[in-house]
Formats: sequence, structure tokens, C-alpha cells
Amino acid sequence: MKNSLNTKIPEGPLSEKWNTYKKKAKLVSPNNRKKLEVIVVGTGLAGASAAASLAEMGYNVKSFCFQDSPRRAHSVAAQGGVNAAKNYKNDGDSVFRMFYDTLKGGDFRSREANTYRLAECSANLIDQATAQGVPFAREYSGYLRNRSFGGVQVSRTFYARGQTGQQLLLGSYQALMRQVNTGKVSLYARHEMLDLVLIDGKAKGIIARNLDTGNVERHGAHAVVLATGGFGKIYYLSTLAMGCNVSAIWRAHKKGAFMANPSWTQIHPTCLPQSGEYQSKLTLMSESLRNDGRIWVPKDKNETRKANDIPEEERDYYLERKYPAFGNLAPRDIASRSAKEQIDEGKGVGELKNAVYLDFSRALKEYGKDVIVERYGNLFSMYKKITDIDAYLEPMKISPAAHFSMGGLWVDYELMTTIPGLFAIGEANFSDHGANRLGANSLLQACVDGYFVLPYTLQNFLADEIKNPKTDINHPEFDKAEEAVKKQMEGFLATKGNKTAEEFHKVLGSELYDKCGLSRSKEGLEKAIENIRELRKEFKENLIVPGDASEVNSELEKAGRVADYMEIAELMCVDALQREESCGAHFRIEYQTEEGEAKRDDANFCYSSAWEWNKDPSTPILNKENLTFETVTPSVRSYK
Amino acid sequence: MKIHLKIWRQKDSQSKGGFKEYTLDDVHQEMSFLEMLDTLNIKLVKKGEHPVEFDHDCREGICGQCGVMINGIAHGPLKNTTTCQLHMRSFKDGDTIYVEPFKAAAFPVVRDLKINRSSLDHIITSGGYVSVDTGQAPEANTIPITNEIAEAAFDSAACIGCGACVASCKNSSAALFTSAKITQLELLPQGKKETRKRVVAMVNQMEEEGFGHCTNTEACQVECPEDISVLNIARMNYEYNKSKILN
Amino acid sequence: MWYVKNALTRKNLMALTGLFLSFFLIIHLLGNLQLLLPVEEARLQYNWYSHLLAGNIVIKVISIVLYACILLHTIDAIYMSLKSKKANGPGYAKDNRGRASKWYARNMMFLGSIIFLFLVIHFKDFWYHYKFGEMPLDENGNKDLYTLVIAAFDQLWYVILYVLAIIALGYHLLHGVFSAHRTLGLYHPLYSKIVKFLGMAYAGIMTVGYIIIPVFIYLNR
Repeated sequence: MKNSLNTKIPEGPLSEKWNTYKKKAKLVSPNNRKKLEVIVVGTGLAGASAAASLAEMGYNVKSFCFQDSPRRAHSVAAQGGVNAAKNYKNDGDSVFRMFYDTLKGGDFRSREANTYRLAECSANLIDQATAQGVPFAREYSGYLRNRSFGGVQVSRTFYARGQTGQQLLLGSYQALMRQVNTGKVSLYARHEMLDLVLIDGKAKGIIARNLDTGNVERHGAHAVVLATGGFGKIYYLSTLAMGCNVSAIWRAHKKGAFMANPSWTQIHPTCLPQSGEYQSKLTLMSESLRNDGRIWVPKDKNETRKANDIPEEERDYYLERKYPAFGNLAPRDIASRSAKEQIDEGKGVGELKNAVYLDFSRALKEYGKDVIVERYGNLFSMYKKITDIDAYLEPMKISPAAHFSMGGLWVDYELMTTIPGLFAIGEANFSDHGANRLGANSLLQACVDGYFVLPYTLQNFLADEIKNPKTDINHPEFDKAEEAVKKQMEGFLATKGNKTAEEFHKVLGSELYDKCGLSRSKEGLEKAIENIRELRKEFKENLIVPGDASEVNSELEKAGRVADYMEIAELMCVDALQREESCGAHFRIEYQTEEGEAKRDDANFCYSSAWEWNKDPSTPILNKENLTFETVTPSVRSYK
Repeated sequence: MKIHLKIWRQKDSQSKGGFKEYTLDDVHQEMSFLEMLDTLNIKLVKKGEHPVEFDHDCREGICGQCGVMINGIAHGPLKNTTTCQLHMRSFKDGDTIYVEPFKAAAFPVVRDLKINRSSLDHIITSGGYVSVDTGQAPEANTIPITNEIAEAAFDSAACIGCGACVASCKNSSAALFTSAKITQLELLPQGKKETRKRVVAMVNQMEEEGFGHCTNTEACQVECPEDISVLNIARMNYEYNKSKILN
Repeated sequence: MWYVKNALTRKNLMALTGLFLSFFLIIHLLGNLQLLLPVEEARLQYNWYSHLLAGNIVIKVISIVLYACILLHTIDAIYMSLKSKKANGPGYAKDNRGRASKWYARNMMFLGSIIFLFLVIHFKDFWYHYKFGEMPLDENGNKDLYTLVIAAFDQLWYVILYVLAIIALGYHLLHGVFSAHRTLGLYHPLYSKIVKFLGMAYAGIMTVGYIIIPVFIYLNR
């Protein structure tokens, strides 16, 4: 261990830590704020909410996104809901219970203080979003409605039909555009961050490429915030958008920011199965479907009848059988792994035998079609659109798909990375979810980071920056970074091989899904590392990118993203190999109980691994942030 | 399936575009329309040609980034569907498919099928929000909103901002887009207070961006992926007239 | 100038003038239906009615409003069409957008042009003649417009022209009346539906009513 990791967790009891921090944090007076510039990369829930909140305070914000509008960021696709410890249901919810559920759901691999803060700020978010005009579901009386979600026993999830992410994002997008109108935010849509610029060890700007013109631009600031989301797209087939990428955080990593737990990827249990080679993405069906849908496979693996023709006693409702207390609402990692087990046993359904049934017949009978339409109407019609099957008449077919990156840039309690002045918020960081994220917590984390945490912690940092003048974009460090970026692009264009970036991506993705996906083994991971190195070599020699860098060139964009995937893929495998235990989404087949459940090793692996870049993707240095639990005692996670 | 394609190619906003013909032999029924274009692009790139540039991102019908004219219809033959949710089973073996970008004065072509829709962002920027700062919000349940109103607001709020309404409109009007936001915020007590100011600002901005007017042909709702009601437009007109008369 | 340029304001003007003209059509039809009375009665009644309209000061004011409405409606239509053309930009090479809407809703300008041309002929043949032409008098001393009308509708080509124009008018009304209400802001789902239905019924009645007259005259007189 070269660096010691300073988590900056405030002293005092867990429930007082955030208050203590806020009391002591440095402030910037309103007339000084207008002298300070902040770059926010990404306009999803975290990025847009942070940019809007900072601009409202009076800072000058530059907001970047690669999409054609900030409203397209992939937060838009989150369906199910957002958790908050409001206890409107009077069913025993509290901040502590929510914190505990999140911590337990993450298999005791998250930082206690951060997770508690997430629960603590959750109630504010509902207030804020409601005030922005987010049309949350309501009771007939007019009060907010809740539903339950995987992994918990209370109803604390707020939702807006099956489009909660869209509505929350539009709320923060509108807040952002309001600041664009006041002139406090300058918006750079269709701009992709290609490098981070450090001056004297501090993050002072970025190099970005205007995707419409190909121009490489320099942008300076007093601090840089990365809100660039997760990188589950590395598996190629995933629930993420085509443009989701790791490039911003990976390039920051290569400039010195530590990358934590990169191998922890949540595989979502309720997605549409793959239907062929050409497929570019797996669509997620909200997990909320598991509230009323029952998951089953035929008991006989040679079953050939249609779902509706299989009698009740020949169906295996395996989640209800194995986890009676939670049943179909077992946490995602468990639901996914159980599905994979059934599929691996040959009990999978569908043409490729790669799916399980999600059945609504009982709910339809119990509540009537109207209720189901109101709750899930848009999901059912989405299912129909994609598969041409009417799920009111026969069960859906679902299968697991890569979804959420619990790992990401290592951040301290202030959400600052190991590079001073570089912050990471939302899915781009690693802090709150441990080894597995509970449903409806990702929207929450993105919002809490952006609206309620970063405005305080960034200010604490900026208080010391007031004396520093505007960043000079003609500084030699900018020259160097721009040079490197251009050189890399020229390299891609000059290779002139015969395999497209997308083809490389597909190979890499299936390799990872196979060996570093739902279950991992020492042997598999070692093999994967070897294969990835091989693939990376081939990528260098055999990539083809047409056109040039001074025009709209989507192939060039992809090449840059895949190049980064090629490097972090190895780190993911190294990370998974190093962690000789099973926890949450990380399931090492060598470490399981006799019943096939994950076997955690708290004695040896109760830490977050924070990887440090060391010249080459194959020689990362491991730093450990030991996780100490002052308030709770890690228990064996049981959902039985 | 064998599919013939006539795709609009245009190098940049300044150049003149035109159709170019391609043929694909190995199209599957279950492919999405965009996956079919992916297949074509891999072939083009391998031949050293520039791939067909098109907008897309989430590929699950919610981000609103995809959208092209397919055989002269926004988002293709299925009604209320985005381009990414359109599958090749909607076409027959041997079909010829025309693919063009959405065209309107306010949507300049960036390259091929890629267009610039920032004009829609500008409309939101002009007033499509509730003016509440972070931290100002009161406890959420202090303002009860009936289920019917919340659902109606959601119906309007569901807009994904793809621009198909503009593309389908004979006048390239953005009335459906603009009115959906105005209606959503007018329905909710949080947004109501600002309606008068908002509606005038947004309508004027729509005008300024170069969108046309609405003649109530109702084509927009038919092609809208979210089936946003044209009654939103009437509501916008009502609110606009009201604020013009009362202010 | 902003006031005039604004599309919504222009559309309001279009809607209000259109609705006024639609209202006038009812009055005009009621007047014309007198032509269907038995010949002698019809002549005296119709000529008396025409004289009444020509002489009354209130009617004069209303008719000026009417001419203004026709002009404003037309000028507005031209202005909006040009604006629409500008907003459309380059246009599509392959265009099937029509599948999502009714043809007459998309072609209001075309239908309107037919109606305008017809109006020119209509004004020249009847209105101009009546006002400024030499006209024989009937037994009550009123100008004999009745004979002029009957003579006109005795010619097949004229009846055909008239009927075609009325059909164009019918389609124009079919979209126009309901569209005007939308433009003015009728957003309530139920009332909007009712108005749409009433608008269609109105358009139907007007079309049939205006067509019956020349056909009846051609066949019977």
C-alpha cells in the first residue's frame, strides 16, 4: 500500500456524522461564488441535479453531455422507483431501517457513514422532486403512494408509473435548463470528455471533443465533477444505453484517481432474453414487476408445452420455495443467480432456453386487469412492442442482464476522489451500495449526491480556491493532454485493420459475462485476463475506423470507448480474482455454502479495494479501505 | 430476409443530401430497426466507407434520441412507437425501405440521419420548469394532489422529446411538445402559479426557433411514441389566450 | 409588429373570422331556402328579403364585418401557409405522413382557395349584379334577384360548379369548425368531443342544404 486512504468520515455517532460535517464545513460567501467555475460532466440525475444546485447557489457551471440533449442521459430509463424513509405507510420504516436494509443488501461491503447519509437525505429528495412537478403516483386522497421493492419488508418506494427515472430526470433537467436561462450554466451537449487535466496535482479542467464538429476543446475550472454513470455496457449486452461508457472515469483513473471494486456489477434479474447474435441491448423490465409477478420454471427440463398448458403442480416457483420470507422479492443478486442456476440446469424456457417465466395470472385474478394495467400498463405494452407477446394472456419470459456498476471511482466522505478537486457522484462513484445495490436506490443515490451532498462538500473544497484565479487553458498541462488525446485518435484512424470497435466490444463483453459475470472462478478469471490481453493486442493492430477526426464520426467515438473498456476489463478480472470470498453480486464459485449461497469472509476481505493506476493496465496497485462497522454487526445475509 | 434500403446521406448541414441504395441479405425478423442499421454499418466500415450516422442511445424507447422517417413516416409504420422499438417483423422480405432524417427548419441535419434538436431544449429553457431551488421544497404531502390530477399530469409529462410530432406535422409545429410541458405544470399546484408567464415565454420561444403553427390535423398524436393527447395543444391555446387577456 | 407575427394570435384571428363566417352561412342558407317555395311566392318573398338586407343599416354594418372577415381569413391563410413552408425547411423526398390525418385537414388552404375562387364568381354573378347592375323589378317594386338566380341555376355547368364548390366548403367546415374551437382553447375531453360532433353535423347540414337548392331549381324550374 503506497497511499493511505483518508476517508474523512466525521467523528461522532453515525446519526450525527452528516450534521457534524455540515456544521464544520467551510463556506463560500455569495459574492465569491460567482468567481468560481465548476465543470460537471454528465447530465443524468446526479450531474443535472448537481449542476443546477451549484448554479442556484451562484457558482458558474459548465455542464457536459455526449447526448444531443441533457434529457437523454440514461437515468431516464430507470423504471421502478425511488426509495425514501418517509414512513408514510406506518409500517415501521425509519432512516436506520433503510440504512440497514441498504447495508445488508450490499452484503456489508459499503461504507457505513455514506450509506447512512443516503438514507438520511432520502426524505428531502421526495420533497424536492414533488416541488419540481414530478408526478409521483398518488392515493385517491391525494397523498403520495408507495410500493414495496426487492430486498426490503416495508413499502418505501415512490414511483411515477414505470417511468420514475424519466420523471425525476426531467425534474432535474428542467432545473438545469432554468439555470441555463439565468446564464449560470453553460451547456455543452454533444461533447465528450476525453481527458482530465491536472495542474500541480489538482483537477483543473478537461479536454472535450465536440462530436458535431470534431473540434478538440479545452475547458478550465476550479473543480471538476464526474457524474458519468456506470459502465455495465462493458458486457455489450446490458440494460444500459449504447453510449454509456467508462471513458471519463477511466481516464481520470489513469491520471491518478483510484478505482474501487470495479468488478462489482449488478446483473438485473428481470430483463428480456437475448434472441440472436445481432442483438445490441437487453431491455430491462422493472423489478417492480416482481411485486405481483411470480417467477417459475417447469419442473421437467424436457418440458415442451406452452406455459399456460403446464399445470400448477409441474411448475417450480423456485424463489418462493428457496426464500419463503421474501419469495419473488429476494434481492437482485439472489434472483439473478437463482435464474442462472435454473437455466444452467437446462430448465430455461424460450427458444434458446435462456429465460424463466414471470407470471401474472394470479395477480390478474386477484386484483383484476384494471389494477394491473394501472400499475404496469406501460411495461406490459413495452413487452408487447418488443416481443409481440401479450403478457396479460401468457407469462413473460425474462432473463438476467448486466445493469449497474456498484464499483467506480473511489471517493471519500466528501465524494472527492484521490485527486484533489476531482469529485465523482452518482453511479460513477463506488460508495453507497456495497457489493449489491437494492432496487430503487440508484435514483436515490444520484439525486442525493447531486442535490444534497455535493453542494456542501464541493463548497468545503472551493472555499480554499477563492484565492486562485481562473484556470489558464494555455497551461502546458492542457497542451500535453490535448496532444495525447489527438495522438490516440490518430492512432485509431491509422490502424486500418478489419474489425470494427463494435465487434471487439462484443467479444470482450461475452468474455466478461462468461468469466466475470454472475459467477466467477479463479481459473476462469485467470483465463479471462489472458484473453483480454490478447484481445487488447488485436485491438491495437486490427481496429478499423473510417473517416477522420474532424467530422462527425461515431466509429471514432466508439473506438475510444472500447479502448478504455479493454483496459478496465482486465482490472475487473484482477479485482474479482483478488477477492477470495463471495459477497453480493460477486459470487466466486470456490466460496459458497453447502446450499450454494454466497460465503463472505469478513476476517480477510472486509475492505473496499481501491486500485491505483501504475503505467500499464496489467500492473495495478491495490489499496485497501478497511470497512469498520461501528453501529451494526455484519451478519450472514439471509433472505429465507 | 432481404431488404433494400434507400438511405439519406448528407455529409454536413451545408451539403446537399440524397438517397443512397444498399441491400442487406441477412436481416432477421426479430432484429430491431436500429440493429438492422448496425448490421449495415459494420459492412460499410469494413469496406472503408463512412457508416450511416444516426441518433440513438437507450434503445428501449425512453430517451427520445432515436428517430428517423421510415418510408415517409416518423418512427416507421407502427403507431406510437419509437424507431428503436420497431422490429423488422414489421417488414416483408424484399421490401424497399426509405430512411430519411426528421426534417424541419428548426431541426438542421448534422450528418446523414443525425439532426440537431436543441431547439426543443431552448423551449424548455424559456420556461418549462417550476422555479424552485434545491432546499426550498416543503414536505411533499403538504399539497395533496388527487390521483386523477397526478395521472393526467403524468400523461402530459410522459413526452420523451424525440421530435416525431414536429416531423409528422405538415407545418413542422412543436405545439404538442410545448403544450405537453405547459399542461403538466399547469395541472399541478406546484407549477400553476407560473403558468401565465411560462406559457407566453414558451410559445414565443417556439415561434423564435422557427417552428410552424398548429392546424389541428392531429397527426402528431398518432405518431407520438407516448400517445400524448392533442388536447394538450388546446389547453396551451387556452392558457395562452387567458394570459394574454388577463395580463 | 410582434402581435401580428405571433402564430397563436394569428390562429385566433383565423378561428374567430372562420366561426363568424360559419355563422353567416346559416343565415345565408335560411335566406336561400326561400327559393324552394312555390314559384310565385318564392319570387316575391326572396326579392323582398334581398331588398330588406340591402336596405338595413344594421345589416350593412354586419356585411362590412363579413367582408372584413373574408379578407382577414384569406390574408391570414396566405400568411400562415408561407410561414408553414418556411418552417418545413427542405421537405421529404418520400412522404407518407398523410396516413396519420384526414386529407381535408391537411388541405385547408387548397379547399379555401376553391371557395375563394367560387366566391369571386358568386359575388360577380349575384352580389355585383344586384348592387350595381341593371335589374328588372318585380310586382312589389323590389329588384328581381329571383329570376337572375333561377336563370343561373338553369345551366348545368353552373350547377356542377356550384355543387363542387359547396363540397369543398363542406370539407373546409368539417375540419374548420372543430379546429377553430381547439385553437380558441377548448380542451375539455368531453366538450371537445361534443363540439367535434356538432361541427360535423353542422358541416353536413350546410353541405346538403346548399346543394339541394341549385339541384332542385335545375330539376324543377
